[in-house]
Amino acid sequence: MYNIKVDIAIIGGGPAGLGAACKAKKLGIKKVLILERDRELGGILPQCIHNGFGLLYFKEDLTGPEYATRFIEEADKLRVEAKLNTMLLEITKDKRIFGLSSKEGLAQITAKAVILSMGCRERTRGALNIPGTRPAGIYTAGTAQRLVNMENLLPGKNIVVLGSGDVGLIMARRLTWVGAKVKAVVEILPYPSGLTRNIVQCLEDYNIPLILSHTVVDIHGQDRLKGVTIAKVDENRNPIKGSEKFIPCDTLLLSVGLIPENELSKSVGIELDKATGGAFVDQYMQTSIPGIFACGNVVQVYDLVDYVTESAEIAAKGANLFMKGKLKNHRTIAVERGENVQQVVPQRFSLGKQVEPIKFYIRVQHPQEKVKVALYWGTKEIFSKKELIVKPSEMVVFEVSDEAIRKISKAEKVTIAVSKHEKNT
Amino acid sequence: MGGSTTLRTPFLTRSKADVAIIGAGIIGATIARELSRYKLSTILIDKEADVGWGTTKANTGVIHAGYSEDPHTLRGKLTTPGNRISKQLCEELEVPLKRIGSIVVSLNRKELPVLNKLENYAKILGVTGTRILKKDELHSMVPHLTPKAVYGFYAPTAAIVSPYGLAIALVENAQANGLNVLLQTKVLGLEKKRQGITLNTTSGDVRTDFVINAAGLWADEISAMSGEKEFNIHPRKGEYILFDETIGEITGKIIFPAPTPISKGIAFAPFVEGNYAVGPTDEDIQDKEDLFTSFEGLKKVFNSAEKFFPEIPFKRYMIRNFCGLRAVADENDFIIRPSYNMKGLIHAAGIQSPGLTAAPAIASMVMDILKDQGMKLHPNPHFNPERRTIHRIKDVDYKTKEKLIEGDPRYGHIVCRCETVSEAEVIEAIRRGATTLDGIKFRVRCGMGRCQGGFCTPRVMEILSSELKTPLTKISKRGKGSRLVKGKVWDGSFNV
Repeated sequence: MYNIKVDIAIIGGGPAGLGAACKAKKLGIKKVLILERDRELGGILPQCIHNGFGLLYFKEDLTGPEYATRFIEEADKLRVEAKLNTMLLEITKDKRIFGLSSKEGLAQITAKAVILSMGCRERTRGALNIPGTRPAGIYTAGTAQRLVNMENLLPGKNIVVLGSGDVGLIMARRLTWVGAKVKAVVEILPYPSGLTRNIVQCLEDYNIPLILSHTVVDIHGQDRLKGVTIAKVDENRNPIKGSEKFIPCDTLLLSVGLIPENELSKSVGIELDKATGGAFVDQYMQTSIPGIFACGNVVQVYDLVDYVTESAEIAAKGANLFMKGKLKNHRTIAVERGENVQQVVPQRFSLGKQVEPIKFYIRVQHPQEKVKVALYWGTKEIFSKKELIVKPSEMVVFEVSDEAIRKISKAEKVTIAVSKHEKNT
Repeated sequence: MGGSTTLRTPFLTRSKADVAIIGAGIIGATIARELSRYKLSTILIDKEADVGWGTTKANTGVIHAGYSEDPHTLRGKLTTPGNRISKQLCEELEVPLKRIGSIVVSLNRKELPVLNKLENYAKILGVTGTRILKKDELHSMVPHLTPKAVYGFYAPTAAIVSPYGLAIALVENAQANGLNVLLQTKVLGLEKKRQGITLNTTSGDVRTDFVINAAGLWADEISAMSGEKEFNIHPRKGEYILFDETIGEITGKIIFPAPTPISKGIAFAPFVEGNYAVGPTDEDIQDKEDLFTSFEGLKKVFNSAEKFFPEIPFKRYMIRNFCGLRAVADENDFIIRPSYNMKGLIHAAGIQSPGLTAAPAIASMVMDILKDQGMKLHPNPHFNPERRTIHRIKDVDYKTKEKLIEGDPRYGHIVCRCETVSEAEVIEAIRRGATTLDGIKFRVRCGMGRCQGGFCTPRVMEILSSELKTPLTKISKRGKGSRLVKGKVWDGSFNV
């Protein structure tokens, strides 16, 4: 067993963990350790060989591996330590971390602050409870991406994608490039759930049909998938009898949502938000347990990696303040979700001596045009911003000025809502 | 004796055994293990790529107390003794059996006579410790239960076990004691010879003195090979939903609704490994290969879950649905007897619920029939009743974890994250006979968890490929026709 002490232990070496580690080092923190269960750093990025990463953060169009490499190289330069192939089993409230690795056996790490950056996992067929048989040939889009891009294996030749999440869209194009026939992307909602740029660049450019308001209602084939039955759904997402249609295929890819991976967070008793599936955090990304921070997709599933990095840097700053004893005894104001807000992070914020602007990352419930995103104290509007269009697939970033924050310093709770903005306002 | 330690199957052209067992489900496996106590050569034949892949792998995993069946039937008579023997059997084989008890819950005062009938059966059949629970006690024992529940019938001897885990352990132990196993082999016909019976199989002929028909859903078709179909088996479909272990302890006990004449109803059963299953439905069907779960069936399961435990947010914890087919004989009872048509053929058929519980009692009944039929039983002097389980890194304390990794560093390399399964466990599963992704899953639980194999599938494929020295493109989910991928993306050549 090895037993080490560090300043900050970072759980997970994907973009969030790497971003947090680099920022922590730049803030002058000495011992920063990344614990990673995989054999390499970068998280999901090494298998995301398409472009579109870093447009906001680097103002460049990078591929996933390129984005990861920038941070891995920087972490290396900054002398961030990393333990690979290390699977963590438990975190305690006093910030001891237990894990396993082939090389070192049992590991115990004691940290002054912990940053959780475990990322997310994909929703599966079971979570949707799709009926039918259970043959080979059903993959989540991310697993298929790993098989194609990392293992050089072709999951199938005739493909149906269920769900129009970004990974599914990217894989529809990728599989078309390697000679497979993508017969359709089927989406239960009346609008796509992936980024608009991916709908255009991955489906429209390749004439792959996007079938909205439909879902898979049956799966056929005993040994290998032989086909799926799709059906139109009503406004309550229930399949409409008589609308069934059989599509022969040997592979079904699922791109039906991502779930923050919070089993470790639960093991230490961190409070989780049902809306995001991640921890409740404040504007420093601090969780309900002092000194344990969280960032990236383990907090909420972000649409862009750039935001993941942003949240990671905030968490590193938070951890730094915590270690300096500057996050104590602040009064907390809760942020509630109002009209058309599906999730918002941070879910609360605290007020110290110094007040800074706070950025809220919002996902809306349904698409809406010409809206106003606003912060309310009771019924009183404190701060707002107009948006031409909002959609659930694209995160709304709502930065509230320090001046506005000062105005609500006496509030118990505030509300963020998205609503149609009236004329003349 | 001796026998191979793995399930890998040689192609037979001609082979000779004292006993051939058709079907490596829980019944065939239990009988095979009983036979391995004696100096006999036994061969266990199954059409699937692994043992326990029929009805055995898809059921509730309950060792019933034995009160629920009519005492005049074999199902009634064999269940309580089966329950009693199961404990020792599981101890010998290191298969976890948890005696958590069961409660039949009635939501309606009118159902009290049904519970009284169960108590009466329990008395007749010698089921110990049972009693009727009044409302207060019922609710203190099952905290989240709907307030509508009025009575309960408690049976403390009911237990849970992994049915496929038990079948695998039985076969492993029998193999160590000399059993031969022939997988991916279909029996095509039985020929009565002057001496014994010859089985024509897809892997060649097997000459044998006795044939035991434990072919589950297909037992009637095997019986027909004796010249005449002696009984009919039809499938009764049961659909289940499986919930992640993080749903927590909904109830520490197995919960049944009040039974109907054909079924014990949709049960709530914790699995020994920590997940939670709700099911089965019961639907009599025709097609023995109809393993479709249905929208309606799953809805029934779901409605029942919400009816009994309205507070539990079941939806958020669903990880899989599946269905199993019970092999129901027309007479609705077990058929355990010699064939009327062919000497040497013995049926262990129509083994529907509670077959898993009754299995050890069924096996001893079959042994008695074999003796009756003139089989000579000389004890196998090398018989070792014990079988060691695969060490699970997840289940041991930190100190033992460290020791395991010290002995084999591959224990420190976690392949399946949701279920914390190490590379060493996967390799051991392969050494013991797993050749497919499902074979690994049923032995060490890779892919059983909340991500359902999303992360570990490529890793397990790699390990299977390197251990079995088989190309990655040929690795399958469960043998024949279920290859996981359709080839390589790029064949490595530069001739574009």
